[in-house]
Amino acid sequence: MAFIDYYKILGLDKNATEKDIKAAYRKLARQYHPDLNPNDPEANKKFQQINEANEVLSDAEKRKKYDKYGENWQHGEEYEKYAQQQRAHGQQYSGFGQGHTQGFEDFGDFSGGGDFSDFFQQMFGGGMGGRSSGRQARYRGQDYNAELQLSLKDVSETHKQTLTVNGRNIRITIPAGVENGQTIKIAGHGGPGVNGGPAGDLYITFRVAGDPNFKRDGANLHITVKLDLYTAVLGGEVTIDTLTGKVKIKVKPETQNNSVIRLKGKGLPVYKKEGEAGDLLVTYDVQIPTNLTEKQKQLFIELAESAKHK
Amino acid sequence: MTNATLITAADFCSLHHVEYTFIDSLSEAGLVELTIVGQTAYVPDEQMPKLEKMIRLHHELEINVAGIGAITHLLQQLDDIREEMRMLRNKLNRYEDNF
Repeated sequence: MAFIDYYKILGLDKNATEKDIKAAYRKLARQYHPDLNPNDPEANKKFQQINEANEVLSDAEKRKKYDKYGENWQHGEEYEKYAQQQRAHGQQYSGFGQGHTQGFEDFGDFSGGGDFSDFFQQMFGGGMGGRSSGRQARYRGQDYNAELQLSLKDVSETHKQTLTVNGRNIRITIPAGVENGQTIKIAGHGGPGVNGGPAGDLYITFRVAGDPNFKRDGANLHITVKLDLYTAVLGGEVTIDTLTGKVKIKVKPETQNNSVIRLKGKGLPVYKKEGEAGDLLVTYDVQIPTNLTEKQKQLFIELAESAKHK
Repeated sequence: MTNATLITAADFCSLHHVEYTFIDSLSEAGLVELTIVGQTAYVPDEQMPKLEKMIRLHHELEINVAGIGAITHLLQQLDDIREEMRMLRNKLNRYEDNF
């Protein structure tokens, strides 16, 4: 467990006055407050550090203890014993644990769960209950972030899934049509609050995997379908895949390569608009026949000749 | 027909240690919507997270109503920009996949 330099966290030196501490805390709290930095775990962590530093430095008793032991806080009790012995022997003792401004940078002890660091707990006991004056500060719990992988098929209909976030099972409804990268907030399912403060929120970001057949553009889907030359020229039928199964569609005679047809309502449901769905846009990729027989070549020559004399 | 859950503004203020005048001024500034039934003001369920957030900003950061209004507006803009960026990124991915 590393020593935490609370002065450094607030950007102050050891001689800072109460007013300086208050001003520095206010400035940093406004910069890193979780409500102003939603979905930013780094800001959240920083806010906890600032709160802890303020909790110690704005409380005269805690600050005195912190200043007294400084980096030697782990040996505080030994020091006290030693000092008492020295006093008993009528001697003056000075110069131990007074300067600690070259602090460590390691804030790894912050649990990130809305509590105080191990360093704080060890030095001042748990939580802020020991604060001597003023009402106890209530802090909101940390926001949690989670990612959920979905396939295109998954987002084609509203369904429920159970997630395990920080050991808790949460059953959520995933609305049809959610987009890749879209985040939803589940209020109150983040970390617990401190001193009766409200719990944080849970943010779930959806990661919708790409699909080998379909390309997505909002609620519209695109698919490319191979079409043989004969069907393209003469017309006919082709079977294509949609998200809800196969459908047979008519191909008009003289269909051009790269032409697009639109199948209304065969795309994805529109997010949070019940009964509305995007379209499926089918692009025809006309295939030129290969490995022609002599007879077929001859027929194409005849066809070409007749086209010239049309 | 949907049933909305309502809590009286007085109960809400007492639970959150806040003066009624504060949420009244938020309501007057159009930042939250209170429901008035007869002579009693109620906080609709869906307004609570928003209102609690504003109270936290007021208590923890000492921000006044005008400041809360500005922050709410900017956060909304930020959300809109993020949403637009996400949509454009998805669109761009689609074109990049094609080439």
